[in-house]
Amino acid sequence: MEQVVVNGLYLGAQYALIALGLTLIFALMNVLNFAHGQMYVLGGFVTYTIYGQMKLPFVLALVCSGLTLAVVGAFCEKFLFRPVIRRSKRDESTMLLAAAIAFLLDAVILLLFGEKQRGVPKIINGVFLSDTIVMPYDRIVVGVVAIVMIATFVLYMQYSKTGRAMRALAQDRVAAQLMGVNVERYSMIGFALGAMLAGVVGGLLVTITGISSGIGGPISIKAFMMVMIGGAGVVGGAIAGGFILGMMESVGLTVLREFGDITYLVIFVCLMVFLSIRPNGLMGKPWG
Amino acid sequence: MMKARNAIALAASLVLLLVAIPFGIQASGRADLYYTLTSVALLSIISAGVWLTFYIGRINIGQGAYALMGGYVSAVLVTRYGFSFWLTLPLAGLFCAAASVLIGLPILRLRGVYFAMVTLVLTEVARLLALALPITNGAKGIVSIPLPGAVRIFGLTLIPDFATLENPRLAFYIMAVIAMVLCFVGMYRLVNSRIGHLCQSLQQNEELASSIGVDIARLRVIAYAISSFLGGFGGAIFASITQSIYPSSFTVADSVNFMLNCFLGGLSYVFGPILGTFVLYFGWDILYSFGDFQLLIFSIILIALMLVLPNGLFSLRLSRSRGEVTQ
Repeated sequence: MEQVVVNGLYLGAQYALIALGLTLIFALMNVLNFAHGQMYVLGGFVTYTIYGQMKLPFVLALVCSGLTLAVVGAFCEKFLFRPVIRRSKRDESTMLLAAAIAFLLDAVILLLFGEKQRGVPKIINGVFLSDTIVMPYDRIVVGVVAIVMIATFVLYMQYSKTGRAMRALAQDRVAAQLMGVNVERYSMIGFALGAMLAGVVGGLLVTITGISSGIGGPISIKAFMMVMIGGAGVVGGAIAGGFILGMMESVGLTVLREFGDITYLVIFVCLMVFLSIRPNGLMGKPWG
Repeated sequence: MMKARNAIALAASLVLLLVAIPFGIQASGRADLYYTLTSVALLSIISAGVWLTFYIGRINIGQGAYALMGGYVSAVLVTRYGFSFWLTLPLAGLFCAAASVLIGLPILRLRGVYFAMVTLVLTEVARLLALALPITNGAKGIVSIPLPGAVRIFGLTLIPDFATLENPRLAFYIMAVIAMVLCFVGMYRLVNSRIGHLCQSLQQNEELASSIGVDIARLRVIAYAISSFLGGFGGAIFASITQSIYPSSFTVADSVNFMLNCFLGGLSYVFGPILGTFVLYFGWDILYSFGDFQLLIFSIILIALMLVLPNGLFSLRLSRSRGEVTQ
């Protein structure tokens, strides 16, 4: 049982980081970033190239993943989302744009890195053993790094000037603008930050699960589920959603093993029932 | 005056679709175009359903679930219980409509991105269900579904047995085109009817609509049921054309594509889904010759289109004409 809980926590920390990026972008711009999973994959491949192929230190690779994705995110916001949001009659047009960007990133990843599943050498060898828990050291490291990053992110949003500006923006765009917040600049920073989180998680997880070009879509779906559980656009909700999904997956894989591969079916059905009772998730704000 | 114009437009499009295009294909000898055009017709029927949910102000990325469901209902009824294909068509649609009422009652309370995400999840649920249920035969799917049989009334053959035809592709093409025309005539009527105007009030402001006495809960379930009916209907025909159905026949990518079809055609134009499907499907086909770069070029064109025409292809037309619904 302890094993299940530890696995759940480890998974949940990763998931929470992915969901944080998605929810940040949504909160700031009302954009559902379909390309989030693809950004994760891109981050994984950057780390694979730098750490796995060029044999440079892992930390450097991770930083590069984050920076690459931050640039991609800032670029998407400035040159793609901003003009479309300004000119389209309906908010939903951004979804088409996000889906097209997801296709584009898929194509780029496929062309640059091929369709093979890629892995990298372990960052730390060895396994932590106790009476009830078996846990490889690299998973512990990755889990701890993820939790530290979540904490940093929350503190950053809470206490830095940028974080305050972004929270103001998420609360009320017009009011924030009237108070002198540079809306365009902070939208771009927020988008870059969200994309960067996806890239860093990709870089972290490539050391454990490896990476392949096709998993972007499924990752996006998982991220959507976490955001729905917690409530869209709320930092606390994304973290809660991530840990809940990680826990459910871990418990489901153990308990439901004898019934075959139905863990995700059960999770989906639970989610549907949950959403019909609480349409805005655990702590989300209502739409519109 | 309007009615006469509509009738002329309808007759002209029927002549174009049923006489001119088959004649052109015969002349050019490109019989493979039948299959492409059939697919476009069917996909635009399914996309029309998505368009209708857009019309009540909901982003629907779950149409793949109903297409899959409709395909399976028709396939199971034909192969296991020996139903005639023609009977299973409406049954598949009705089954999906009934299911969508059950699913829609809770989830239609959601709005905006929440509804979009939950319907996306629904597509995934349908795929997993198809894998898990015993009647759907798991990942192997249902294969070698017989072609549609004959329909006779009092010895008079209304529809010949597709298996005996020398060119079943043409038969499928005619069937799909007739279904498409019926579907869009129905959509046009619906949008310009009382219910259609009420639906538009939902799109603009549900609270306001509700406060002046519109039964919004009933209306949105009706719209969603019609939308799912079209999804199931189209899915059933698809299963019969490919003579097979798998859990991966309609996936999240297809659901997203149905949505893109509507976007591309323009959300305020009833006939948008036809144009959007046509452009997307043919665009994808034409780019096939670029090999590895197909997806790259396709997505770049999509992004460029979005930047230039954020309100859809139909917004190019300068004058407001019949197909448009004022926002």
